[in-house]
Amino acid sequence: MFRTISYKLILVVSVTVILIIGVYSYFNIKSQSDVLQAEVERHANQLSESVKNSTRYVMLLNQREHIQEMITSIGNDPAISNVRILNKEGEIIYSAKSEEIGKMLDKKAESCYACHAENQAIEKLPIKDRTRIFKSEDNPHRILGIINPIYNEKSCYQSDCHAHSSRSKVLGVLDITMSLAEVDKQIYDNQIRELIFALISISGIGFIIGFFVKRWVDRPVKELVKATDQVAAGNLSYSIKNLSKDELGTLGKSFNNMTKKLDETNQQLYQSTKMASLGQLAAGVAHEINNPLTGVLTYSSFLLKRTKDNPQIQEDLNVIVRETVRSREIVKGLLDFARQSTPKKSLIDVNEIINRAEVVIKNQIKLSHVSLVKNFDNSLPRITADANQIQQVFINLFVNAIDASGKDGGTITVTTSQISASPKGITQIKNAVCAKTHSLMDPEHKLGGIPSIKFKIKSGANEGVLHLDPIYGNHRHYFGISIDKNSPLNLLCPVCDISLIDRNSKCPECGGPVYKIQIPNQGFVEGCASFKDNWQKWDLIDKAGERKFVQIEIKDTGCGIPPENMSKIFEPFFSTKGQRGTGLGLSVIWGIIDNHSGSISVQSEIGKGTTFSIKLPQGEPVRSI
Amino acid sequence: MKEHKNILIIDDEQVVIDSISKIAMMGDYSYETVMDAQSALEKISGEDFDLIICDIMLPGMDGFQFLSAIESKRIDTPVIMTTGFSTIENAVKSLYSGAIEFVPKPFTVDELTSVIHRGMKYSALHRMRKLKEDSVLIVPCPAKYLRLGYSAWMNLDFDGSVLIGATDFFIKTLEQIRKIELLPINEILTQASSAVKFETEDGLVHQLYSVISGTIIEINERLLNEPELLEKDPYFEGWIYRIIPSELAYEIKLLIPCSSDRT
Repeated sequence: MFRTISYKLILVVSVTVILIIGVYSYFNIKSQSDVLQAEVERHANQLSESVKNSTRYVMLLNQREHIQEMITSIGNDPAISNVRILNKEGEIIYSAKSEEIGKMLDKKAESCYACHAENQAIEKLPIKDRTRIFKSEDNPHRILGIINPIYNEKSCYQSDCHAHSSRSKVLGVLDITMSLAEVDKQIYDNQIRELIFALISISGIGFIIGFFVKRWVDRPVKELVKATDQVAAGNLSYSIKNLSKDELGTLGKSFNNMTKKLDETNQQLYQSTKMASLGQLAAGVAHEINNPLTGVLTYSSFLLKRTKDNPQIQEDLNVIVRETVRSREIVKGLLDFARQSTPKKSLIDVNEIINRAEVVIKNQIKLSHVSLVKNFDNSLPRITADANQIQQVFINLFVNAIDASGKDGGTITVTTSQISASPKGITQIKNAVCAKTHSLMDPEHKLGGIPSIKFKIKSGANEGVLHLDPIYGNHRHYFGISIDKNSPLNLLCPVCDISLIDRNSKCPECGGPVYKIQIPNQGFVEGCASFKDNWQKWDLIDKAGERKFVQIEIKDTGCGIPPENMSKIFEPFFSTKGQRGTGLGLSVIWGIIDNHSGSISVQSEIGKGTTFSIKLPQGEPVRSI
Repeated sequence: MKEHKNILIIDDEQVVIDSISKIAMMGDYSYETVMDAQSALEKISGEDFDLIICDIMLPGMDGFQFLSAIESKRIDTPVIMTTGFSTIENAVKSLYSGAIEFVPKPFTVDELTSVIHRGMKYSALHRMRKLKEDSVLIVPCPAKYLRLGYSAWMNLDFDGSVLIGATDFFIKTLEQIRKIELLPINEILTQASSAVKFETEDGLVHQLYSVISGTIIEINERLLNEPELLEKDPYFEGWIYRIIPSELAYEIKLLIPCSSDRT
C-alpha cells in the first residue's frame, strides 16, 4: 500500500510542506516574540523613568517614608514583581518587598551586572543595556529587569539633607523587575496556533493530493491493469471506457487502439489460416476423390464397350459416365476456388448473369424486405468474361447492399448501360521499364491501391524519388523531396540512373522537358517532366480511341460508407461487419474486375446510400498494330 | 537382352493401377505395375519399357523426383504424368521437367487411350531417331521458338502477338488427321489447357495444349480445309492461332527454348 504512487506523492509533498511551514513558523514566532519583548521593555523603561521622576521630588525633600510608600504602591501592580532602589554600595534602601530593605546585594548579582560586569563600574549606562531577562528560583516565569541609575545632580548635593557629596556621579539605582508570564503565554499560544495550522494544512494537502491522485492516476491505472489482464486472458474485444483527456487517457486510447489492431490481426490470421486450410482441404479432397473417380470412369467406359448389344444398359451407363465427368468438373471447380486460378472467359450476357445472381439471393431479398429494381439495357452486347466470377461479384455486391439496407428494407437498383470512355483515367500502366529494361513499377508504394511508377528525381543538389499515378491520364505525382519547380528537373531510372528525359521533344503545353518510358509490347508513355501541367501521351492507347464499356450500377438506399472508410474498402481483410464478414468480399471483387481489365468505383453518402459502378470493357483487348 | 514390356504403370492406388492396366490391355499393350517410384527405378534397371505412366503424388519419392532421377540415370523412356491434384501448375511443371504428356485424373478411357497411343508412337520415333542419327526424321522447331513439352510451340511476333502451333514431332505421333476442331476468336486460352482437338483416322481424339494464356485474335482457317499443312510446314504455314498473351512474362519461364534441341 505504501508503495503506491499516491502514497509516495503524499509523503513527498507532506515532507516539503512540513519543511516550509516549519521554517516559516520559526521565523514568524521569533519575530513575534521579539516584537512583544521589545514592547515590554519599552513599557518597563517608561515605567522606570516615571518612577524615577515621580520620586525625585520626595527624594530631594528626603521624605523616606513617603518614598517607601510610593514604591510599595507601585509594586502592588500585578504586572510588576518588584521595585527597589539601591544605593551605590548595593544596599537596598527601598523595596516593594519590605523584607528586602537593608540587604546588601553582591555586585555580581544580575541587577548589578549591567554596570559592574568589568569590575569597574560604568558611570553612564546606555538605555538599551539597562534591561535584562533572567529566571529566578522562586518564579517559574521569565523576569524582565530594568535598572535605571540615579545620577547625581546639583539639586541633590545642595539639598538640605546633605546626604550626597558633589563628587559621586551615581547615587543609586532604581531596579524594577517585571514578570514576563503574559508575554510567554502569548508566545506559547502563537506556537500552538502555528502547529495547528501546520497540521491542518499538511493533512489538507495530503487529502486533496490523495483525492486527485486517486481520481486521475489510481483509477485509470487500475482500469489499464484490468484491461491488460483481460487482453492477456484472450478477451480482445475489451476496451477501456471513460477515457480522460490527459496522458493516461492517451495511453488508454492507444491501448484500445492496440487491442483493436490485435483483434483485427488475430481475425485476419484466423481468416488466412481458414482460407489456407480450406485450400489444403480442397486439394486433399480433389486428390482423394479423383482417384476413385478414375476407377468409376474407366470401368463404366469398359462396360459401355462390353454391352454394345444392350441399348438399355448403354443408356444407364452413359448417365454414369456423364455424371462422373460432371463430378470431375465440380472437383476442378473446388481446386480452382482454393487456388483462385485464372478466369475462364467466354462471351457472356451481363443481364443474364445479374438474373442468375438474383436467383441465388432471392430468399435474402425477401427476408430483408428489400426490393430489387432492374433497369436493363436490352441491347447490351455480350462481353468476354468469366461468368462465374462476374456472378460472384454481383452476389457479393447485392449481399452488401442488403446488409447496408438494415431491418427496414430499401431499394436496390441495378442499371446496365453501354458507355464510351476515353482511355485516359481508366487505363492502368501495369508495367513500365527504362531504356535498359529495368522495371519502374513500385509495388511497395501504391496509389489508389495499385502499384505506382517510381522515378529517381534530381533537382539541383536534391535527390529523391517521385511516385507517378499508374492510371494513364491522371498524372498525379508525389515528390519525395522538396523541389523548385523553376529549376531544371532530371528524372532517372532508380536502378541504373539512366535518364528518362527525351531530349527530342518538348511538352506541347508548357514547352518544358518530357519524360518517356517504355511499356513493354505497348509502346511508350510520354509526359510533362516539369510537372507544371498534366500533359501525358500514350500513342498506342490514344489511337485505339474511345473504348466501349458495359457499365453496371448497383445502387442501394442503405446506411452509406463513412468517408474515412472509403479508401480502405477494397483492401483485403477490411470489414465493418465484425465477426460476420471476412473482409475479403470487396477485395475479391476488385481482383476479379481488375482481372477483366475493368474498373470499379464507389460513391456514397451517409444515410442516403451507396452506388457501386463497374465498367467492363467490350470487345478485344488493346493490342499493338 | 533385357526383357521388353510396353508400359510401366506407377501409382499408389490399386483402383487407378487397375484402370490404367485395363486400358493398356484393351490396346493390346504389355505392362508392369509398381506402387512407388523407388521400385519403379529398380524395375527400369532390369527391364526395358516403351513408356512410363507415373503419378505425381507418390509415397517417398514423388513424380518430379522420379523424373529427375531417370534423367540423371540417362534413361530416355518417355514419361506420361498423371495426378488427382490436377492443377495447371502441376501440368506445366511436369512438361517442363521432361514429361511428354500430362493427363489429369480422372480421365476417360478415350482420353488416356489417345495419350498412350501418342506416347508409344513417340517412343518408337525416338528410338528410330537414335538408330539413324544422320537422317532428319523429325523437323525440329526454329531456334527462336519456345515449346511446351514436346508438342506445342509459340513464337513471339514483333508486334507483341504470339503465334502458336503444333510441333512436327507431335503431328508425327498422330495417325492421319481426319478433322481439326478449333476454338473461336476471342476465346481465352489458359496455359496447359486444351486448345485444339485433332480427330484421327483411327477414331481417337487428341488434344493439343495451349503454350501460354491469352486471347485468340486470329485463326489459321486454311487448316480446316487443308489439315496436311500441319505436316508440310508445321512451323510457318501450319500455325494454328494468333493470340494476345496475358501472362507472358510469367509463363515464358516455364517453356523450353527450341534452341536447346540443336546440340
